[in-house]
Amino acid sequence: MALQIKKRGLPDKIPIDMTPMIDIVFQLLTFFCMTLRVSAAEGDFNIKMPLAAPRAGLPDPNQLPPIKVRMRADSNGRLTDLALNDRLFNGPDRWRQLHNHIASLVGEGSLAASAEVELDCDFGLRYEHVIEAITAVSGTVGPDGQIIKLVEKIKFAPPRGE
Amino acid sequence: MKVKARGADFVELDYTPMIDMTFQLIAFFMILINFSDAETDQRVQLPSSTLAKPPDARMDTPITIQMIRDGKLIMNAQLLPDVNALRPFLKAEQYDLQTKNRSAKDATIIIRAHKDAKTGLVQQIIKVCQEIGFEKFTLRAKSEVGY
Repeated sequence: MALQIKKRGLPDKIPIDMTPMIDIVFQLLTFFCMTLRVSAAEGDFNIKMPLAAPRAGLPDPNQLPPIKVRMRADSNGRLTDLALNDRLFNGPDRWRQLHNHIASLVGEGSLAASAEVELDCDFGLRYEHVIEAITAVSGTVGPDGQIIKLVEKIKFAPPRGE
Repeated sequence: MKVKARGADFVELDYTPMIDMTFQLIAFFMILINFSDAETDQRVQLPSSTLAKPPDARMDTPITIQMIRDGKLIMNAQLLPDVNALRPFLKAEQYDLQTKNRSAKDATIIIRAHKDAKTGLVQQIIKVCQEIGFEKFTLRAKSEVGY
């Protein structure tokens, strides 16, 4: 007579309590969801600033004088006058006009590399206009999305009084 | 008559797809989290520029100074009333650089100023930094698509 012996030991399926793991996973998920901050990409503009003490000796004869961009503001800090060597730029496309004028002055090549722009701003001028001016003189974005550089050396004139 | 209910007494749920999905979400958020945002402040709305592109390489020794709309400054997560209050912080940074055999000239001052802040106040930041010995400056702007 055949004797049927039942297997001892572990059952076929071991139940695992998933609750603690799911708890911690959802807590992690909540943490990341709440700390996530979607921020726009940021970029930098390098500024060359004149040193506090004037340089000794004669200026370099090969060095072009800086192109002076004057920006005047009203009492609210809005840009009222944008001028380059007494030439005024007006209208909504004034930054484009400024860009084109500087491009016509320095062109491309070595002259553009050595050219320098000095921003002379009113104290109360809104900072966004300074960035607009730096953008206009630094270059433009080409049709293929590449940046076409114009003037790389930019500095501020000594600050004006309040 | 006693009627026996049909079906199993205990319905076993398959957690596998939910756990898969949740782990994928956690991985997504972990990759997306940006700890460098600790240097930014929501009170500072940067001006935008089409030419502002994120730098290719990480700066060597960056020092971030932020200016909010009313001209107050933020440095090392502390709100400062004016430009003169920057001096002790900048001197501390200078001392820290000297202990690493470097000088203030090696550091880059990153200025994150609110778009409506006064330009004169931004220039004052630069002036104070120059007086301490810093020479390299960079103005930060928000990337904008198109021209």
